[in-house]
Amino acid sequence: MSTKIDRAYYDIGRLDTLAAGDTPLHRLDPRAKLLTTMVFIFCVVSCGRYEITRLLPFFLYPAVLIGLGNLPLGYLLKKLLLVSPFVLFIGIFNPWLDRATMLQLGPLALSGGWISFFSLLLRFTLTIGAALLLIATTGFTAICMTLEKLGAPKIFTVQLLLLYRYLFILIEEAIRMMRAHALRSFSPRGRISFRVFPQMLGNLLLRTLDRAQRIHMAMLSRAFNGEIKIVRKFRFGSREVLFLGGFGGLFIVLRFTDVIELLGRLVLGTVTK
Amino acid sequence: MSHHIVEVRELKFHYPDLTQALGGISFRISHGESVAVVGANGAGKSTLLQHLNGYLTPSEGQVRIGDYQLTRNTVREVRRTVGMVFQDPDDQLFMSTVGDDVAFGPLNLGLTSEEVTARVDKALATVGVSHLKERPPHRLSAGQKRRVAIASVLSMSPDILVMDEPSAGLDPRARTQLIELLKSFKHTKIIATHDLDMVLDLCERTIVMHDGLVRADGSTMEIFENEELLAASCLEKPLRMQGCPVCRGKG
Amino acid sequence: MHMADALLSAPVGGVMWAATAATTIYCSTKIRQSLDDRKVPLMGVLAAFVFAAQMINFTIPGTGSSGHLGGGLLLAILLGPYAAFLAIASVLVVQALFFADGGLLALGCNIFHMGFIPCFLAYPLIYKKIVGNRPTGGRLLTGSLLAAVIGLQLGAFGVVLETTLSGISELPFSTFLIMMQPIHLAIGIVEGLVTAGIVSFLWKARPEILNLAATDQPLGTLHLKPVLIILVLATIFTGGFLSWYASEHPDGLEWSMFKVTGGKGLAGPNNGVHHTLEGLQEKTALMPEYGFRKSGTADRQEKAASGQLGTSVAGLVGSLLVLFLGLLLGLLLKKRGSTGPGQPHPQA
Repeated sequence: MSTKIDRAYYDIGRLDTLAAGDTPLHRLDPRAKLLTTMVFIFCVVSCGRYEITRLLPFFLYPAVLIGLGNLPLGYLLKKLLLVSPFVLFIGIFNPWLDRATMLQLGPLALSGGWISFFSLLLRFTLTIGAALLLIATTGFTAICMTLEKLGAPKIFTVQLLLLYRYLFILIEEAIRMMRAHALRSFSPRGRISFRVFPQMLGNLLLRTLDRAQRIHMAMLSRAFNGEIKIVRKFRFGSREVLFLGGFGGLFIVLRFTDVIELLGRLVLGTVTK
Repeated sequence: MSHHIVEVRELKFHYPDLTQALGGISFRISHGESVAVVGANGAGKSTLLQHLNGYLTPSEGQVRIGDYQLTRNTVREVRRTVGMVFQDPDDQLFMSTVGDDVAFGPLNLGLTSEEVTARVDKALATVGVSHLKERPPHRLSAGQKRRVAIASVLSMSPDILVMDEPSAGLDPRARTQLIELLKSFKHTKIIATHDLDMVLDLCERTIVMHDGLVRADGSTMEIFENEELLAASCLEKPLRMQGCPVCRGKG
Repeated sequence: MHMADALLSAPVGGVMWAATAATTIYCSTKIRQSLDDRKVPLMGVLAAFVFAAQMINFTIPGTGSSGHLGGGLLLAILLGPYAAFLAIASVLVVQALFFADGGLLALGCNIFHMGFIPCFLAYPLIYKKIVGNRPTGGRLLTGSLLAAVIGLQLGAFGVVLETTLSGISELPFSTFLIMMQPIHLAIGIVEGLVTAGIVSFLWKARPEILNLAATDQPLGTLHLKPVLIILVLATIFTGGFLSWYASEHPDGLEWSMFKVTGGKGLAGPNNGVHHTLEGLQEKTALMPEYGFRKSGTADRQEKAASGQLGTSVAGLVGSLLVLFLGLLLGLLLKKRGSTGPGQPHPQA
């Protein structure tokens, strides 16, 4: 029976593996991917709350990424679904509170609330999807290096790397501890009681602090003098410029032009002629 | 060449709560020697090792590494000379890729990035893990981690290698490969270990510790044949000197 | 509860990211100046600890449900505010990327709620004041509980505020607040109790650990503290007052809701709860040109009951924002002129 922590362990491992894939998209400089993602999110988020047709063309980006990056659509959709409850819960108030009809499609009358709800769903899918696609095509380590190159404080990026490195070890220790507890507890699913929990964590914490001290010792043994240095060569070449410029430009255009509406008018225009 | 000599004189150490860990240790190790430090748990092996690169400071006595008397000012120089490999490789591999870990030391020494890359590649090749350069440490096997940890120390070009339980947790093949690897090193080696069979393979000299003191310091074979000494120090003979388990005949 | 990109508008997200970025730079500088290189591995490993710990569920007695540790307050106690902020921020970055928690734009908001508030408000102003250097018994429990509860209430308030200002969701401020507050009160109590339990365990096992953070001083100048305390209290009071008001006068809330559901044939999205918020917007005159409300003109009559609400909330909102931005500006400027008076250098 898998618990939350087992699933999390698997999840991170899976995304880690996906990020190590070898496609032209993966080989692109991480700065291009990070910056394009930020432009994407910004453009999506800045669309008005009743926009639906304006948001739809944005799906081109995730589609292209999934295709080029050879990523598993089912897995990503499942992850999206897992984090949707909170947003759905807040969003569903929209149709309830905003009932005046905004759009009349023949016999169907759509209230403003429903329109904004759909818009909300679209924004959710696009923004969360963009984040997942970023990590699945770039990998955490590369993102940290990129942040540093883009000006984030060194101490923070080093901290991110250390966290990522020891994440797996700490999760493994936590899993072992929970298993040991489950084997000795007689509650049906090995549930940890409120009384025992602080002690378990306290023990894990003490072991963690010891480990931190040993790591520090190891660092000092290799002439550590306060600052962790990392050498990384990145190349921002023509392919990256094309990627960032092309997609970035596209998103800005999509933000300010309702392409679908335009197409619709064009078609209707030619038809009625 | 004096820069390869390790000399410890009347080294005493006690913890902040005044428990005595080392009660007066003296020995001298010359260039190229391979010395094992053996003893029961709690004998003080790790504590002694931690003095050799300046992580711990003696409460009394002196430590001399090559030309340098170990003090707060000479610690940096000492750490270039003494490469220490710890018990748990996960404590030692704290960067996000193997290459970054092996580059950590040379970068701290202030070398140029070309020199660093050269040293990293050489160290990885020496231990046989060149193909793992971009791998994150959590995806390595125990044997691989051990070798990368050694590489991370080798890249600093130390003259003296100090190791704490290098064969612990390794499967038989990985252990054999490790022993072969260590045999090929010309450095001065100081190895604290419970693996007495490995000691027979690698170290011609052994120091036996018990309760924070040196009980014996001499030829490995002589020490391992001295049953009284071994018993008094809570040790046993190496497995292959213990005689056939089937017919119970003497070795 | 995490803030989500889907509920966020670009200006609100941008402002929060700016605040978070400024705080990150400030904390990084402070740590670099402190010359304690032990902090480097400690921050990383403790962040990993909190990350793993957050996935261990325990049962809450009395209810059937399970809870987990947030860890913000605990990190602040162990590491001091600056290192703890960076540690929490890093945990949230990993969660945003791997678990799709909220999104990358909302990350700025989340780091602010779960990092800035525990480290720079709850910990120094509440926990430290009550517990000081000896975390035992009643003081530890009180300090932990209050710090956790208030910290989480402020965080919840932040989420509600940002959602309302963004205008993607239709939820009115007061409704959302009423939903969020009791939940976060419960979460806060649990967090406080668990944190107190762990700290008390540590104190018995290894008291010297807790002294590691004791030497760090969060805010250099003293005169900011009373202001912040007052602000915090004001937030709670107002937040509490709002919930009380809304619950004591259900008519006010129901009335505006049922105005909508009754559907008296009013055309366009102008009716109902919209103009509660419009009233809010007009009264605050906070970035009115951004046009958060796309709906048209308001019906003035229906503002009568909600107007009062709108004013007090608007006033609070306005002053909060101004104060936070001012504080950050102050901190940033102080960072530049770091040789100013009254700046203690922490000896680690």
